[in-house]
Amino acid sequence: MSVKERDPLTGYLTTGHEWNGITELNTRVPRAVWFFIIVTHIWALIAWILLPTWPLVTTYTKGILGLNQGEEVAEKVIAANVARSGWADLITAAPVNDILQDPELLALATGTAHQIFGDNCAGCHGLDAGGGPGFPSLIDDMWLWGGDPESIMETLRVGINAPHPDTRYAQMLAFGRDGMLGREDIRIVVDYVQSLSGTEIPPDRAAAGAEIYADNCASCHGETAMGDTEQGAPNLTDAFWIYGGDDTAMFETIWNGRQGWMPAWEGRLSETERKILTVYLTDLRQEAPQ
Amino acid sequence: MMSNLTGAERTKAMIITGFGAMVGLLMAIVGHDDPMGAHGWITLLFFGVLFFVVGNAFYDPEPTEDRAALYYDDPTKVGIILALLWAVVGMSMGVWVASQLAWPDLRFDAAWSSFGRLRPVHTSGVIFGFGGNALIATSYHIMQRTSRARMPDQISPWFVLLGFNLFCILAASGYIMGITQSKEYAEPEWYADLWLVVVWVVYFILYMRTLARRNEPHIYVANWYYLSFILVVAILHIVNNLALPASLTGAKSYSLFSGVQDAMTQWWYGHNAVAFFLTTGFLGMLYYFLPKRAERPIYSYRLSILSFWGIVFFYIWVGSHHLHYTALPYWVQTLGMTFSIMLLVPSWASAGNALMTLNGAWHKVRDDATLRFMMVAAVFYGLSTFEGSFMAIRPVNGLSHYTDWTIGHVHSGAMGWVAMITFGSIYALVPVLWRRETMYSWKAVEWHFWLALTGTVIYVFAMWNSGIIQGLMWRTYNEAGTLRYSFVDSLVAMHPYYIARAFGGLLFLTGACICLWNVVMTIRRVPLLAPALDYPTSSEAMEPAVPAAE
Repeated sequence: MSVKERDPLTGYLTTGHEWNGITELNTRVPRAVWFFIIVTHIWALIAWILLPTWPLVTTYTKGILGLNQGEEVAEKVIAANVARSGWADLITAAPVNDILQDPELLALATGTAHQIFGDNCAGCHGLDAGGGPGFPSLIDDMWLWGGDPESIMETLRVGINAPHPDTRYAQMLAFGRDGMLGREDIRIVVDYVQSLSGTEIPPDRAAAGAEIYADNCASCHGETAMGDTEQGAPNLTDAFWIYGGDDTAMFETIWNGRQGWMPAWEGRLSETERKILTVYLTDLRQEAPQ
Repeated sequence: MMSNLTGAERTKAMIITGFGAMVGLLMAIVGHDDPMGAHGWITLLFFGVLFFVVGNAFYDPEPTEDRAALYYDDPTKVGIILALLWAVVGMSMGVWVASQLAWPDLRFDAAWSSFGRLRPVHTSGVIFGFGGNALIATSYHIMQRTSRARMPDQISPWFVLLGFNLFCILAASGYIMGITQSKEYAEPEWYADLWLVVVWVVYFILYMRTLARRNEPHIYVANWYYLSFILVVAILHIVNNLALPASLTGAKSYSLFSGVQDAMTQWWYGHNAVAFFLTTGFLGMLYYFLPKRAERPIYSYRLSILSFWGIVFFYIWVGSHHLHYTALPYWVQTLGMTFSIMLLVPSWASAGNALMTLNGAWHKVRDDATLRFMMVAAVFYGLSTFEGSFMAIRPVNGLSHYTDWTIGHVHSGAMGWVAMITFGSIYALVPVLWRRETMYSWKAVEWHFWLALTGTVIYVFAMWNSGIIQGLMWRTYNEAGTLRYSFVDSLVAMHPYYIARAFGGLLFLTGACICLWNVVMTIRRVPLLAPALDYPTSSEAMEPAVPAAE
């Protein structure tokens, strides 16, 4: 059954076939379609002439522009580094305190540091560098390993408890778990340490706590409990606590010990970038309300 | 439904399901200390239930009516219902993962509910569960109608439909358990992949056998598209999933490809899954249901030929545009880019052919939400193919790649084109299939249409904005010549768009739920109506006076 019919609406003939009521018109392909087919094919042809395109047996057509995406990237990276080198070299050469005094250089450094800090540090220390449970705040005055620029630079370089040969190493021992102190002793020393920052405890408990402290804790945290930035031991007399200063958190700290870690950034961030971070943190700390 | 199977077919079905159940048991035993064991139990349960369903009807009376006088529609009916169930599941998952991006706590701290596991449940659920079932079901309908011939047997259509659903279940449950090949849209592991090969070969043979029985001299366009879908998906699936199992008692396997070859094979697969699963199959649907519903002849047969061969020829080259500026050699990228541009005109020719077919039926588009679904689908098809070719241009891709723009593009295609044409086709098909006068509620179809369109527009606009902002933030330098923003800054900027996206998706999901409800109510409540002409005929003389009742 091949009966061609004329569609009354368009005036075109059908192909003469019918499938369950569906017919097709034999309309010519519109000129615009041919036109755009030609345009897109010419576009493609031009791209093939200009760019690397067709595989040959052992090589490919290189294209008359001679582009190579590997070289392009390498050139762009070099160009960007050259463009940045003007101020980056100044940062590398100048001491941190001088950079802080130079408003122009400081603005360049902190503008750059926002992204470096956001992509590398904020995951633990927070976007505002304010820290969180287990991760120290970087905008207060308490620094485990020292807050002067050289110490910060060194901490960034080698990390803490990190797989770096020069890493800063510190461990809070698990006094309870490893059987060095009993539960009651830990409770007493928790009370004693809390009393150092101002809470009231009975005198006899304070005396017992002081004894336990002297025997077990003073070697790292110091006889006055002021901590020791040489060995990363925190000050216990202030209001700053990394893992929390309430009874439960402190019991947990003394029972199971703590060993936080920070990655070593040498090899991941350049010296200039680490310096930029140091400037950024020092500047943040100066501006933060204490 | 079982009563339409002959005694011999029931025996065959029991042998197949019994064998499948034993394979499931075997998998459960050898894989008992691996997630594969759980898949063994699922397979055993799946085939076990079917075994008892068939066995229960084993001694029922044999069918009496003349089968040659009727199309075989039982698998189509089940396929449509399954498609809608998968739509609800897959789109719910989509809304959930979209909400997780806006509010990460919605993970509830469990491993199975992490974004990385739920997201493939969403993608496979909508692409394979919803799209795949809709394609299989409509292809059964269309190949019989346009050939005026009944399918050659009654076992293989069930084997294909249910076998495919077993694959979907293995896929989705596997993701939740952490089973994945980590290949996008090809996540299921080796045994599920092997099973799909068997199912797909049977599907191809079934289609070819039906066409061979046709009573029409010519093969209608819709069948070309469905055939290209079945054939090329088989090739893509087999090549991309070539892998060596780490052991025969576990789910883990290793791909035969590595490095950039692996990436290229994956995106050759991935992009052609878009082409031959999400495009040509659904164009087959469009080519049948749109002229049928509009009651207009196809605008141009010549344009159909041009766009069909243009699409199948050019699409297969363009996968490399997913790998611009990567370790993939430059020349492969140029090929992908230029073929993407040359692909545009054949794609638009298809969309144009569909829209021009509506000439003389635009008043129906205005009044009939079903036809409007199909019209909007053709428009979104045109929009997404233009956007796709545009994004394939290397420098444009430099901005759009890895951003939400890609997500917006995919959803403009998946929601605006694929889902819209499917819903339109379902609304056109359901009354014909169940011999009903109309859908239960035309108002519900209207509601569905507007919810779907609003949801899609909100979704796509949110992702365009979000993607372009993201892309620009990642490449913004400050006066020092260093990056202005950290990655987290871009995430903060995305947050309002993520909420908008989840809301758009929720509207779309609501529409799909309405559709399922409307279909169920149509089957249950709407009175029967015998269609004027819906049975296979080889000649006028052989037509029965009254088509046999079901």
